[in-house]
Amino acid sequence: MIYFDRVSKTYNGGSSALDNVSLTIEPNEFVSIVGHSGAGKTTLLKMLLAEDKPTEGAVFFESDDISQLNRDRMNSLRRRMGMVFQDFRLLSHKTVYENIAFAMEAAGRTDEEIESDVPYVLELVDLGEKMWSFPHELSGGEKQRVAIARAIVNQPDVVIADEPTGNLDPINTFEIVQILKKINDLGTTIILTTHNKGIIDSLGKRVITLDSGRVVRDDKSGKYIL
Amino acid sequence: MFWINFKRIFRSGFISFWRNSFVSIAAILVMTVTLFVIGSLFFVGALLNSTLDQLKDKVDINVYFTIDADEGSILSLKKSIEVLPEVSVVEYISRDEALERFRERHSDDQLTLQALDELEDNPLGASLSVRAKETSQYEGIANFLQEQEDATPQGETSIIEKINFFQNKIAIDRLTKIINSAERFGMLVIIFLALASVAITFNTVRLAIYTAKDEISVMKLVGASNTYIRNPFVVEGVLYGIAAAIITLVLFYPVTLSLGSATEGFFSDINIFEYYLGNFGQIFVIIMGTGILLGAVSSYLAVRRYLKIQ
Repeated sequence: MIYFDRVSKTYNGGSSALDNVSLTIEPNEFVSIVGHSGAGKTTLLKMLLAEDKPTEGAVFFESDDISQLNRDRMNSLRRRMGMVFQDFRLLSHKTVYENIAFAMEAAGRTDEEIESDVPYVLELVDLGEKMWSFPHELSGGEKQRVAIARAIVNQPDVVIADEPTGNLDPINTFEIVQILKKINDLGTTIILTTHNKGIIDSLGKRVITLDSGRVVRDDKSGKYIL
Repeated sequence: MFWINFKRIFRSGFISFWRNSFVSIAAILVMTVTLFVIGSLFFVGALLNSTLDQLKDKVDINVYFTIDADEGSILSLKKSIEVLPEVSVVEYISRDEALERFRERHSDDQLTLQALDELEDNPLGASLSVRAKETSQYEGIANFLQEQEDATPQGETSIIEKINFFQNKIAIDRLTKIINSAERFGMLVIIFLALASVAITFNTVRLAIYTAKDEISVMKLVGASNTYIRNPFVVEGVLYGIAAAIITLVLFYPVTLSLGSATEGFFSDINIFEYYLGNFGQIFVIIMGTGILLGAVSSYLAVRRYLKIQ
């Protein structure tokens, strides 16, 4: 479904963030990407989100070269990818409900769909009572669950989670990972980057290890080895 | 779909206008100042115009004729002046009228009137009072009159005794200059003030939106289109404009009311309070229109900056 074709990225000044990376991610996979800080994990995700363009090579989503898409098609592609970040990135002036509704509105869903789906998805992440709270009234774990609810509400093909547990305590971390697993079980591809050895080892899913911008290991049922 | 988006964009603009009330108030206040300056432009313009019109009205050329000048030749001169394109009005004051006006002017000066009564004959000559359309055109008219006088055949005495323009020329020239530069200077100052306050408004709105910079990047990541991100901000800007315009229009009421009688006495016949009420429709449209346009354009430009960042 997602295909990196010999992707290299060099930033101004010659430092290389990605070096000839090729990999394929199949539908319904749960892929973890690990590596030291600066190994190229975030750059890899940026290429996928078209926040940045590869210097060489191409990234394909199904048959589309992502860097060649025009703005309209880019927007519709982004609606097929749900995003979860370490710093949550919620809209701080909107309530929990409105944050999730915004993603649906952007996707052009009807008011009826929004009214029925938002409470449902909040129930799924166990945040039904916090529907009318603002982000600053929530704990870190709750914020991340809102972010996940927002990421999945449009039933995306893939959820990309960039260190989603980086700011969370072990209990919240465990809960977030359980939610991601549940989403994966429901048929959504998950791409997860993390520093957390415990998560990787407990998942028992595919692990891609990056070092200095290169793929050094790609195991079907991997461990966190660095 | 269009209507759903339209409704959502408006609702979202209203909600954030309401929730960011502190930022909204700041933006509205700054915009109120701008609209106030732009509104003052009208009042200053109106005052200046009516004052200048009055001053110009007071300028004229008087042609005095000799006592024995024949009325027929005076009237034929009047006709030839009237056809000049620069001339707006020519008034003929006959000898009797001149005497009457003289008596009126000196009605409380018995000595002069007695002296006048002593005389057997009316000592005053007839005169023509000429008004031009523009103050700068007086010179041409004066030259024309001078030519008429010079054209008198040799041996006959000219019927024109004197033309007072050449005595008044310096004063008239200076007045023309003052009028012109006052108009130009006034306009420059007002344009400068208006530009400065427009720039401040732009910056205030940009700062208001700066706080939403991160939110804009999140909205993009969620896959919202640029129009869908931008338009609620434009709605918000328009709301700033409407609120500021209403405040400005309300403020003008007490301001013009208190200045009304002062302007009437000091400048000219114009009372700016009456001017405000009389031209309210026009002023309303301009202030409201400027407010809405200013709010919309400054929001649009401010958001565009952040939308460019992918």
